[in-house]
Amino acid sequence: MTAYAYFPGCSAHGTAKEYDQSTRSVCARLEIELNEIPEWVCCGASPAHAVNHLLSFSLVAKNLDLSPTNQIVTGCAACFNRFKTTLYTLQHDRPLWERIRQIVQPTKLNGSDFRIAHLLEVICDDFGLDNLKERVVKPINGLKVACYYGCLLVRPPRIMAFDDPDNPTKMDELMKAIGAEPVEWEFKTECCGAFHAIPHPEIVLALTSKILQAAKDANADVISVACPMCQINLDLRQLDLKKQGKNFDIPVLYFTQILGLALGIAENELGLDRLIIDPLPKLKERQVV
Amino acid sequence: MARIGVFICHCGENIARTVDVAKVRDAIAKHPGVVHAIDYRYMCSAPGQELIREAIKEKGLTGVVVAACSPHMHEKTFRNACTVAGLNPYLCEMANIREHCSWVHSDREKATEKAIELVRFLVEKVKRNRPLTPVKVPITKRALVIGGGIAGIQAALDIADGGYEVILVERQPSIGGHMAQLSETFPTLDCSQCILTPKMVEVRQHPNIRLLTYSEVEDVKGYVGNFEVTIRKKARYVNEEVCTGCGACIQRCPQKRIPAEFERGLGRRTAIYIPFPQAVPNIPVIDREHCAYFRRGGCRLCEKECPRNAIDFNQQDQLITEKVGAIILATGYDLIPSDLYSEYGGGRYKDVIDGLQFERLLSASGPTNGEILRPSDNKEVKSVVFISCVGSRDRSKGIPYCSKICCMYVAKHAILFKHKVHDGQAFVFYMDVRAAGKGYEEFVRRAIEEEGAVYLRGRVSKIYQQDGKLIVRGVDTLSGMPVEIPADLVVLATAIKASDGVTELAQKLGVPVDEHGFLAEAHPKLRPVETQVAGVFLAGTCQAPRDIPDTVAQASGAASKVLAMFSQEAIEREPTIAKVNEQTCVGCFECQRVCPYRAIERKEIRDRQGNLVKVVAYVNPGMCAGCGACTVACRNHSVDLEGFAEEQMFAEISAIVAA
Repeated sequence: MTAYAYFPGCSAHGTAKEYDQSTRSVCARLEIELNEIPEWVCCGASPAHAVNHLLSFSLVAKNLDLSPTNQIVTGCAACFNRFKTTLYTLQHDRPLWERIRQIVQPTKLNGSDFRIAHLLEVICDDFGLDNLKERVVKPINGLKVACYYGCLLVRPPRIMAFDDPDNPTKMDELMKAIGAEPVEWEFKTECCGAFHAIPHPEIVLALTSKILQAAKDANADVISVACPMCQINLDLRQLDLKKQGKNFDIPVLYFTQILGLALGIAENELGLDRLIIDPLPKLKERQVV
Repeated sequence: MARIGVFICHCGENIARTVDVAKVRDAIAKHPGVVHAIDYRYMCSAPGQELIREAIKEKGLTGVVVAACSPHMHEKTFRNACTVAGLNPYLCEMANIREHCSWVHSDREKATEKAIELVRFLVEKVKRNRPLTPVKVPITKRALVIGGGIAGIQAALDIADGGYEVILVERQPSIGGHMAQLSETFPTLDCSQCILTPKMVEVRQHPNIRLLTYSEVEDVKGYVGNFEVTIRKKARYVNEEVCTGCGACIQRCPQKRIPAEFERGLGRRTAIYIPFPQAVPNIPVIDREHCAYFRRGGCRLCEKECPRNAIDFNQQDQLITEKVGAIILATGYDLIPSDLYSEYGGGRYKDVIDGLQFERLLSASGPTNGEILRPSDNKEVKSVVFISCVGSRDRSKGIPYCSKICCMYVAKHAILFKHKVHDGQAFVFYMDVRAAGKGYEEFVRRAIEEEGAVYLRGRVSKIYQQDGKLIVRGVDTLSGMPVEIPADLVVLATAIKASDGVTELAQKLGVPVDEHGFLAEAHPKLRPVETQVAGVFLAGTCQAPRDIPDTVAQASGAASKVLAMFSQEAIEREPTIAKVNEQTCVGCFECQRVCPYRAIERKEIRDRQGNLVKVVAYVNPGMCAGCGACTVACRNHSVDLEGFAEEQMFAEISAIVAA
């Protein structure tokens, strides 16, 4: 089994601790070796790349230089997007690459033959869904899952080359493999509002309310996500929406948490208790736990 | 001994500004073999040409070099002048001291030097030129038209009316093409079928037209004036000679749920069917794929029902070989599949349809008898959204070009919708409205101002279903606001592409295809209906997206080219073609392998007793384009190009090197 350099990203140390925890548990169970990049730094998401391109590319280059291998995996869609964008830009802009080298002064980084993979790709493509099916000990039968990909995983399609940018199916296939029922819905890649949660929460409330409503209309029991930003906007904002009289009460889990349950990992190793909307009632109702 | 005359043109200031023509004249006058050298302000003018004619007669010139513009411009002019003066036109050459010299240089001294060299090496070439006579090729005065849409119909009728035979080949069971599917036409709202079907009937009844429907061109051999085409006439399983088109078989067929191609899947047909009521010929065809007899034996109800015993399950495909002198390609277009757009449902929503499907909904003979009903549940449509440029002008989908007709048919759709559903509302999302054409802009204004269509300038980012409606989310860039419209029906103006299979057909003919799959014309401005292959012409949307009036005009243009060709006794072609030295040719046929025009044939050399001595290469003068590929491929220099012989080329090069 290939060893991957693991880039947790800042969310994994804060709001998305349960994503990090469940990622490590799932990978350990699947014998996917994760080596956290020592001394990793910020990926340059929103603040940096909106303010200074050189800085945002340099931050990724710094991380590449620190990486023990050239196969890097991250669970965060924003980190994934920054790494992919940087690699794409460096490959297509040699003069920029030279400037970055001068800034970062890399010790071992000399080329751009890196692969940055999202955890979904590592599990679905590298590990393989057929292999995964053999490892399932507790199929998630009967749980209706709305797979939500958000925007950063799939766009811009030319750079991300992840899946169909309008109707991605990778997470849906994963859910099918572990026995769950992905629902057909049309808000898989809708904008969740992202960082507007801070300056313009009303925008985020309007957007997330639409996504949650669509998931409800599709009869989903839970929403599965692959991005800490999406998770917090869809999960945490339900409290504010409740105050507006919109009571969705739909749990928003990381796909690794659902996968962990199928692999027979204990609930406390998956951080289910850290979610805002408690998933246990729904999971119990569907006899998943 | 060579007596060469050199005529140097000033081209007004074009050449004389940068090149010292007097110096060129004086330098070349001293060159061995040059007996006459003059310069003149406009050599191509009548007095200029007169100077050449006089010199040929007075000085007894054996060759002429005109130092002027590109031979593309005036080679014909000067060669004609020589012919008039009694000099073989192929003893006249042009040195291009304008495009190749004065226009691209600024240093007068160096440009002058270069001009002298350009003239000098052509003098050396002309010394070695031989008189040539144009090749005469006989013509079979019968045309083949491939494709029976409005382009093919118009071209066939024009040629047939000119008194020549036409074979019209259509791969569908009926002629008519996409125009037969349309309800009304812009900008006059003429009923499409009403103006088309008389022409279709005329084709059927014209004594000079042989109509082969449900047929495809399998192979093309030969060359201009002398093509030999093989046509596969697919088995209809209905005897065309005895069928009266009564339709009894169709009534009886138990397979009634097959999606009808003519209705673009919105209606149903039987396994034995006539695509539409006005089809020409009005003879059914059995669809093998769905016929119960062909699938599992049995049935044969149509056979029992037919009062004329016209059903013939044993019919086979027929291969027909015909000789024709000219070919018109009128293979038409298809729409790109709308499922390319996953943001518009990717084909998942039944109520997201394309423009041709909407035409069928509008059509009185369509699947809904002209009522605007939703395909999903047959409910009447009250609000409809039209999206233009779906595919067209979208480089992310690989289609940078404009499909040209969509702006107009979208306006037409909005108008016709309002005529059918008075309390309905049409919305149009557009990037720009391109309404260049007679009465076109007025027509779009009518849709907006009189028929109340709401035009929104912006793109649609997403369509999704909610509460039985399609929610169309887009942006109105004029107000700068996002908009969401709940619609009953969405019509996508999907991009036009060349018909399926046209690339393969083009390869059989050697006709180039452009980067988007459309057939390439010989020159985008001056030879728009011809192709690079002599005797093969283009009409209609196989060349580029265009509307009906443009298509009809182009079809008549192509037909007139064919008629002009047929009015000649024989075709004259340039004699600058390859020639084989049969003495030295060893028959390796390397030349045949490299010839892009399939002009090399095998020729048997026999002695007087008729014994085979050897097989050598023979260049068919009708097909050779004089590209010279064979002369390079030939291992022992047995092929040479008339007018560009190796000896002449070496003389040119030596003249440059010597300087």
